[in-house]
Amino acid sequence: MQLFSCPFCGPRDETEFLFGAEAGKRRPEPAAEVSARAWGEHLHFAGNPKGPAREIWLHLTCGEFFAMERDTVSHAVSATRALRGGGQ
Amino acid sequence: MSARRIRDAGRRLGFTFDGRRYEGREGDTIASALLAAGVRVVGRSFKYHRPRGIFGAWTEEPNAILDVTLNGRTTPNLRATTEMLAEGMAIRSVNATPTAEADRFALLDRAARFLPAGFYYKTFIWPDWHLFEPRIRAMAGLGRLDPANAPAAENSVLNLSCGVLVVGGGPAGLAAALDAARAGENVVLVDDGLVPGGTMLHRDADGPERAAFLVARIEAAGGRVLPRTVAWGVYDHNLVCCWQRPEGMPDRQLRIRPGRIVLATGAIERPLMFPDNDRPGVMSSEAALVYLRRHGVLAGERIVLAANNSHALAVALPLREAGAEVTVADLREGASIDAVHGGKGVEAVTVRGRRVEADCLLVSGGFTPTVHLYCQARGRLRYDEAICAFVPGEPVAGMSVVGAAAGDFGDYAIVPAWPKPQAKGRQWIDLQNDVTLKDVALAARENFRPVEHLKRYTTLGMATDQGKTSNMNGLAAMAALTGKGIAETGTTTYRPPFVPVPLPVVAGRRRGELFNPVRRLPLEAGHRVAGAVFREYGGWLRPAFYGAGDAEAEIAREAERARQTVAIFDGSPLGKIEVIGPQAGDLVDYNSYQTISTLKDGRIRYGLMLTEGGAVYDDGVTVKLADDHYVVSCSSGHVPNVALRLEEWRQDRFDPARVFVHNLTPHWATLTASGPRAKALVGALSLGVELDDTALPHMAVASGSFGGGPARVARVSFTGDRSYEVSVPAAAAPALWRAMIEAGRALDAVLLGSEALLLLRAEKGFVVVGKDTDGTTMPHDLGLSGPRDRRKGEFVGKRSLFTDEAVRPDRRQLIGLTVADGGPPLPTGGHAVETAQGKRRSTGYVTSSYFSPTLCRPVALGLVERGLERIGEEIDVFHLGGMRRAVIAVPCALDPAGERLDA
Repeated sequence: MQLFSCPFCGPRDETEFLFGAEAGKRRPEPAAEVSARAWGEHLHFAGNPKGPAREIWLHLTCGEFFAMERDTVSHAVSATRALRGGGQ
Repeated sequence: MSARRIRDAGRRLGFTFDGRRYEGREGDTIASALLAAGVRVVGRSFKYHRPRGIFGAWTEEPNAILDVTLNGRTTPNLRATTEMLAEGMAIRSVNATPTAEADRFALLDRAARFLPAGFYYKTFIWPDWHLFEPRIRAMAGLGRLDPANAPAAENSVLNLSCGVLVVGGGPAGLAAALDAARAGENVVLVDDGLVPGGTMLHRDADGPERAAFLVARIEAAGGRVLPRTVAWGVYDHNLVCCWQRPEGMPDRQLRIRPGRIVLATGAIERPLMFPDNDRPGVMSSEAALVYLRRHGVLAGERIVLAANNSHALAVALPLREAGAEVTVADLREGASIDAVHGGKGVEAVTVRGRRVEADCLLVSGGFTPTVHLYCQARGRLRYDEAICAFVPGEPVAGMSVVGAAAGDFGDYAIVPAWPKPQAKGRQWIDLQNDVTLKDVALAARENFRPVEHLKRYTTLGMATDQGKTSNMNGLAAMAALTGKGIAETGTTTYRPPFVPVPLPVVAGRRRGELFNPVRRLPLEAGHRVAGAVFREYGGWLRPAFYGAGDAEAEIAREAERARQTVAIFDGSPLGKIEVIGPQAGDLVDYNSYQTISTLKDGRIRYGLMLTEGGAVYDDGVTVKLADDHYVVSCSSGHVPNVALRLEEWRQDRFDPARVFVHNLTPHWATLTASGPRAKALVGALSLGVELDDTALPHMAVASGSFGGGPARVARVSFTGDRSYEVSVPAAAAPALWRAMIEAGRALDAVLLGSEALLLLRAEKGFVVVGKDTDGTTMPHDLGLSGPRDRRKGEFVGKRSLFTDEAVRPDRRQLIGLTVADGGPPLPTGGHAVETAQGKRRSTGYVTSSYFSPTLCRPVALGLVERGLERIGEEIDVFHLGGMRRAVIAVPCALDPAGERLDA
């Protein structure tokens, strides 16, 4: 059971959180100008890094999405940040 | 005679073992009671059915695994050494028929040379392992499950946090806890014994007193000491899970989140290697001291003590003082055990060629630090030649190891006494799994040399004790066989749990009804009074139908009357998610396949929601109350996830200060009146809403009041008939329910359950997402291609509607099916098939199928390849070996012109 720190609520059990996506991923648009390959990669490919990762998570309890930097091997969380400022 | 009780205190407790009656004393473990009662054979070994006695005194015990019946419940595979004796216990040995003493499979041992490691894999191949498996399982194994033993979900799970968690209440743990408590830290100490003290309780005469004194000091300094609590695992971010067995209460799970962990888990004594070292009466020297000092039981009258280290040799003195005759075989001075005599118990021991009459052989091959929790936390071990043991290496963040667990054995001298591969005779390495030195040699010959392979090939270190006494000897044997050092050979991976933990303790209360609790309607009591039969739909407990009659007949009655008079239906769980703010229109448009924001205020539009992959995710209506205020509806089972996806885009794509998402589903109850007399029923409720069709046409909404509170009336139809959805705050639901039933009396109204509603929807060809669609269904497969073809701007899933897959001409499309063979309704799940060149191929399947009481014929929906261009075509429907004939039709079987909506 991991302990994540919501930028707004502080440390909570991982069961209160939902993984959103890898950080920095942009939805390619408009649809008419997006190639099949680009769309397929957007839908189905992820960097899935071993080691340090930047991810977007949701704290279900307060409903805020935020950025988290953590290590996918050691599970150490190095930072959590509100996406638009604010938070602790 | 062998062991005997030398200190007779405490209440007498009667128990039986393998059918014979014995007496123990209060404070006995099952093991100490059996030992004192002179029972030497407590079980038969896993594979060879060798007689086995008690070896250890606590969690390390490999042999004394027993089925225990108490108060009519049998619990299998309890360790005699860690279970306290209770009055009336009926104890049975495992893997022995009829008793451990006289086991009928004992002859198996004679065939041992034909049953090496891997024997089963190599032998029972032809014709099929499964032919042999039941018989082999009956002959080898552990206890028997009692089907009557279904423990209640009464085990709590408690969460604790603290500054320092000390695991282990021996001398090192108590000292660490006291230091931390005195430094003002918030300390919790867990210890798996009945009382804390660890080795203090048996190594020193005044140890128990000093341990109690230390516990009192820790508590006085503000620390908490939790006895009867074993830490079984360390998980991510130093979460420590413990199994607590409080007296007089159900066991509990403690989930402790400390700032830092101090491991003071002590060490476990290893056996020695010599021929027939598994005989009953061969016991760990430390265990003999535990039985003597803690339980007043002397392990034997004439004892041989064989040891390679100073700690174990010191046991001789207290045993002598207790009256035993002790012969010491000091391996440090070249002594050796050549043979053990006696089949069902030690009768004599040959020490360095000299036969010594003995009833007990105490052994010690040194001590192994208990590093399980350190290793679970990814700590790496280092081999310490000086103490012949692996000890913790580099520190793990947030964890320190102290005392014997860290290899600090105090004044300690040891010479190596590892297994010698060339040694003669059968020498047991793993007592619990019946693994001998020869099995390890076989594994080495067959190239299963890494210790992880050795473990899997021979089962060394598996089962309930997880090799607590055997792993070191096993890897040392492999090290000797391969010529690699012990350090290089290494250990297998340590994984939780440290001891076998009962599954009810792991599960806690999240079982049965509480595993995934159903959501309940505000009107549940009203439905029950009305005779509802409940079923679960999308996580909600809802009325399936009303009435005590045959389910099919009641459902048909409801569906038929609903088309004739008026039906009252509880639609409360349907999603009511408010989207509010200047960007509300943009957000609901992005969420929906159809454009919503172009509606006039007070109007409603049906739409689909897609996944980014283009599949239909859900359907529902969206109400536009004003430019900056929408209510998104969705299937009851999808409400939390639809609210989530709206929230995600609100924060990710829009300005979260200019649009808000508010899930009000549980705050509003919705009762629907549907049918030709629906307007009359709703009119009788005096809601203050103009019901005239020009003021409130189909797909319009109006606000009124009910009982002094707000009410919303929406003309939305899930049946194809004229319908009014009346929504009121949940607290007003019972009053509205009574008012509608009262108004419905004169109109011959009928209560409509979910089953009949599904039937009415199928008659109209209205899809139920997830039933009439699957994970590949796209909106144009449902005949809804307008937005795909014409809509500008982005919406979820848009690009996916134009992939090669999405534009395939042979996609499965939603169609209706009529029965062409005069038979009953088609089987749901039956496959539409076509045969080409002798090969039968599925082209789709039946998704919904009912007998329509209104049409007096079966109706069905299905997803079939190119279905929309094959209307009128007759097809085969295959199901469970049978074949039916059906005709492809339009999905809507009743009132295709939609005249009933305003009838």
